[in-house]
Amino acid sequence: MKQVIKYSLLSVLAVGYIASPSCKKNTNGRTDYAPILAPAKTDIDAGNWKPVLLAGATEFSVAAPAAVNSTGYVAELNEIKALQLNITAEQQAKINYWGAGGVLRWNEIMRELVAKYNLPPYQNADGTYPIPSAANPFAYPLFPFANPPYAARAYAYVSAAQYDALVAAWYYKKQYGRPAPYKTDATIKPMLTQTDLPSYPSEAAVLAGVTAEMMKLLFPGEIANIQQKLEEAELAAIASGSATRSDIEAGEALGRQVAQKFTARARTDKAGAAVGTPADWAAFESSTLAKGEIAWISQDSPKRPPMLPLFGKVTPFLFDANTTLALRPGPPPSTSSDQMKKETAEINAFVSNPSREMIRIVHFWADGVGTYTPPGHWDAIAADDFITKNFSEVRWARNMALLNMSLMDAAIVCWDTKYAYFNPRPSQMDASIKTLTGLPNFPSYISGHSTFSGAAATILGYIIPEKANTYNAMASEASVSRMYGGIHYRSDCETGIATGQKVGAFAVARARTDGAD
Amino acid sequence: MYEFVIGKRNLFVPFLILLACMGNAVTGSAQTDADAIMMTKNNFCTGFVYSNSHWNNYWEGTLKRTNENIGTVTTNMYAVMGNYGVSDKLNILFGLPYVQTKASAGTLHGLKGLQDLSLWIKWNPVETDLGKGLFSLYGIAGYSFPVSNYVADFLPLSIGLRSKSLSLRAMADYQVGNLFATVSGTYVFRSDITIDRTAYYTTEMHNTNVVDMPNASSYQVRAGYRSGRMIAEAIFNQWYTLGGFDITRNNMPFPSNRMNAATLGVNVKYNLKAVSGLSLIGGGNTTLSGRNMGQSTAVNAGIFYILDFSKKQKQKEKAGSSKKE
Repeated sequence: MKQVIKYSLLSVLAVGYIASPSCKKNTNGRTDYAPILAPAKTDIDAGNWKPVLLAGATEFSVAAPAAVNSTGYVAELNEIKALQLNITAEQQAKINYWGAGGVLRWNEIMRELVAKYNLPPYQNADGTYPIPSAANPFAYPLFPFANPPYAARAYAYVSAAQYDALVAAWYYKKQYGRPAPYKTDATIKPMLTQTDLPSYPSEAAVLAGVTAEMMKLLFPGEIANIQQKLEEAELAAIASGSATRSDIEAGEALGRQVAQKFTARARTDKAGAAVGTPADWAAFESSTLAKGEIAWISQDSPKRPPMLPLFGKVTPFLFDANTTLALRPGPPPSTSSDQMKKETAEINAFVSNPSREMIRIVHFWADGVGTYTPPGHWDAIAADDFITKNFSEVRWARNMALLNMSLMDAAIVCWDTKYAYFNPRPSQMDASIKTLTGLPNFPSYISGHSTFSGAAATILGYIIPEKANTYNAMASEASVSRMYGGIHYRSDCETGIATGQKVGAFAVARARTDGAD
Repeated sequence: MYEFVIGKRNLFVPFLILLACMGNAVTGSAQTDADAIMMTKNNFCTGFVYSNSHWNNYWEGTLKRTNENIGTVTTNMYAVMGNYGVSDKLNILFGLPYVQTKASAGTLHGLKGLQDLSLWIKWNPVETDLGKGLFSLYGIAGYSFPVSNYVADFLPLSIGLRSKSLSLRAMADYQVGNLFATVSGTYVFRSDITIDRTAYYTTEMHNTNVVDMPNASSYQVRAGYRSGRMIAEAIFNQWYTLGGFDITRNNMPFPSNRMNAATLGVNVKYNLKAVSGLSLIGGGNTTLSGRNMGQSTAVNAGIFYILDFSKKQKQKEKAGSSKKE
């Protein structure tokens, strides 16, 4: 009996002991400890690079800074010294985090927000769907529904605005030539890479200001969180010895002004009307039927209005609205043609007995609900490579802007094409086709993933020529993943890639003449 | 949408069924059963179990809902299981299920494949008279790991979660006459898993293909009738995931969700008179409450047979038992 009790207690204690410390596990992200940005060159003449929207680098003026021997500036240096004296491990971690690059970190923050907000609203009791409202972003459904076109546009606006703001910043950096704090006062420890780049206005603050200001429009429910990130980034820049308070204030103010120019453009770029009206939705169907084609039908239950059907009318960055129409490819195979039967049968064969490798490809590129979308995936691919290239912040911004403008304009051309033809998904043509990823709620032709990927691979192949073949192979895999997944026909994918490449070519043309290369 | 069928199938069902099989050992050695179906040293009990579960309600976090784009999710499981008596006090068990899933509505593709091989060591260090009955204690350690490259990140239609798991269980049993009660507590260590995509969002972004899988614990109470001929019992099981996050509104589920479930079921096992060593099992359970999982109802049926690799010893022990009787 005694033995029984002893064993009982031991057993209970054993399980209790094991259960109590809920072992904290942690997995690091690829870029959590990205190296401190160490630009190969300062790009000191980037003030001459061609902006996207600004009339020129001096459209917004930045007042001349106080002299480095002024009493005000000395006080600012003392602020840095005080911060450096009492630096905590946590502050050091923030310095290292932001030191990897503002364009990188803000892009990652954007991707995180897109993933958080990329959720289709749940239906109303009557089977209709609520539409997120920018006027009340906190009510369900949260604003925005950051679906692929929305996300593509958000990434593009932020990236383009960051680029323009940094072009302006670089102009004033060169003009005023105020050296970094640690160059003026040797007791200030440079915690980031030492550089000859002047510190006024601070590029970290320009990026924080421009991004925070853009977010008011794009993710209005996140303003408070973004403001916190802004303060964190700015404090890290000061504590690292890279910028003084006045460098920061001038930078943030410049960033916000540039952002307001982009915000004004965004308010009139027709994206606000992209949801369309029930009359618009019905017209797509009736005009397709009038052509003798089978019209796309939502396979969501209850039937969901198609995603952003008027997004094709949004004003692109790299070309004008007429060019959108010129880039629209010819029609898909007729829904009554043998070709369509053949292509449907091919998809049925893919999903009937998928190999594990095919499923891997589908899931690697799926980028569906709750993810940062295909544009975010291409941003992640680009960021991983840009980290290795030792770009300056302004060159990072320029390259991200080229990529994201390509992705947004790819979305515009793709969406224009989808709603011009309004053709059904494979699973609508053949109900036995089951999909290995979520079925997107919009017409099939052309494949969004293919268009995005064709555009992205084209501009990335220009930026990093030695990886051009790799990017093209990735784009092909992204494209074919949609066939393996059972949600696109071959013609959607092949025409999508080709159309995306044409969009990407506009970005390449811009890159050749923007003054950066 | 929602997995839980899997989490549960994956983690609970092999346990339940194997314990039914192990019941032989418990009753055989504890009772004075003239049939002598003893899970003694060198006996091997093995069998096949089919289980079917389905759900159409699931918990999105704590919100119970249906999903017209999933309909009813059905999981079929076909498992081979076995229990070998290393000694009267030490058994080794295994289970290997083949799992098949499908959704009745929407377009999502079902999946199928061999899931995880589970191995257990079961130890019965204490068995003693206590009051009017017999009290025994068990320690069970289990390890399971995927035996195929199946997909974890396609919930609710994945066939499993891919985590390698180490489970430690303490169990106490008390029997008076033919009535018994068993309680147990289990802690499950689960390894990280690797998924096919390079980034995912939980409550924050993770730029990696590695997913931290929270550990889990469970407790179980089972009670009923037990004799050498049959066992009929009711089973309550509570499973907790120790960490993880809730599915957000109208989102897809994810392997590291905080999946909890309370299930109530019955099990019956019957040893056939006609064929010594052959037994049939059947049972069912339903989910009373849950979180981030389907409210599944399951039924199972199986057949087990005891192979005796020690004829002489068996004869001897038979004789021994009858003497005691």
